[in-house]
Amino acid sequence: MIAALLKRDLAKFFPFAGGGAALPVVFFVAVAMLYPFAVGPDANMLARTGGGVVWIAALLAAILPLEKLVAQDIELGVFDQLKLRGVTEEVMMAVRLLAHWLSFGPPLIIAAFPSAALLAIDGPTLHLLLVGLAVGTPGLAAIGLMIAALTASLRAGAALSGLLLVPLALPILIFGAGALARQDPASLGFVAAISLGLVAIAPFAAGAAIRAAREV
Amino acid sequence: MQASVSPAISAKDVACRRGDRLLFRKLSFDLGAGEALHITGANGTGKTTLMRALAGLTTPFAGEVLRSGEIGLLDERPALDPDLPLGRALAFWEKVDGCTNPVGALHVMGLEPLLEVPVRYLSTGQRKRAGLAALLNRGVPIWLLDEPLSGLDVAAIAQVTALIQLHVSGGGIALIASHQPLEIVGLRTLAVESFIPRTQEEPA
Repeated sequence: MIAALLKRDLAKFFPFAGGGAALPVVFFVAVAMLYPFAVGPDANMLARTGGGVVWIAALLAAILPLEKLVAQDIELGVFDQLKLRGVTEEVMMAVRLLAHWLSFGPPLIIAAFPSAALLAIDGPTLHLLLVGLAVGTPGLAAIGLMIAALTASLRAGAALSGLLLVPLALPILIFGAGALARQDPASLGFVAAISLGLVAIAPFAAGAAIRAAREV
Repeated sequence: MQASVSPAISAKDVACRRGDRLLFRKLSFDLGAGEALHITGANGTGKTTLMRALAGLTTPFAGEVLRSGEIGLLDERPALDPDLPLGRALAFWEKVDGCTNPVGALHVMGLEPLLEVPVRYLSTGQRKRAGLAALLNRGVPIWLLDEPLSGLDVAAIAQVTALIQLHVSGGGIALIASHQPLEIVGLRTLAVESFIPRTQEEPA
């Protein structure tokens, strides 16, 4: 049952299975590619600021699939039919969280390598960037899922969700990008802690939001 | 096909609201194995709201719903991915339900020629038939059918009516919310209209 759910969710959101999910990765590399054109090719400056740009690209890439993350399945009645089969909303949302993260987290970590080359990011910084993305993106996915579930029944939900995610993602961004500036792996511990908390809360918060959306 | 425990569903003094408006109150019925109930009511009287409360998707404003046996709900949304071919969209539910032999239901509902067609190109009636096939494949004892005949042609209406009859004769329970008359032996009728509160102040 869980396997079937995850397989469907992945098919819906994973880049290689069609759908619009290839977009985050393309977007991610495109930002890294355009940045030197916009601010000039000074290698020192790129190396100093490049990591932050990668983090912002990661944040924005996490927003892209939010619109169809939850709202579509509410509309189709998929969550209702799963509920009738005894699947709790929390399980549905935990599976969806995993699928959402798999659809942009690992691809973005892979895309960080060409981005690092384009932005003249050196080895130790790339190391911090990769670890930071690895522990930070699950938190971004969790924020995204909660917002997608909360705004699913609103008409302007898609526009709102992007706006809402930005302030909530600030702590992850501050500590994640801050680790690069100070070359300080310790602040990645904060990123991991924030991520862990968000991942633990997300299935319950998003599940409750879906239940609430039924009682209109 | 049926669960070992005898299926039953009953409502006791159920009231439902939409927004601030009380749709109906003190609605009660009791159904056991082999019984069918036709729920009638004009548009907006709350048939769908009642169905969703009976299914356990929402909590009624007052009263309680008792169920023994698994519930299958067919409404206007068949829960099939619009971008997938029908065969693959149905395959997801077959896998979730652990249905190993879906061919019979596909054949009965005449879906075999449509398996390669993306769900979004299907007509209302074809989607309804696909939803029914998914319901048949679950093999659950209690059927909640919300407007099962809307969008169906004459032949399909006769076929679906026969399926409901077969389900009920086999010891299943069927609750059908529909505008259309149904020719099912032993069918009871419940008009939602007779439970509309006379004044909004009346307690639920």
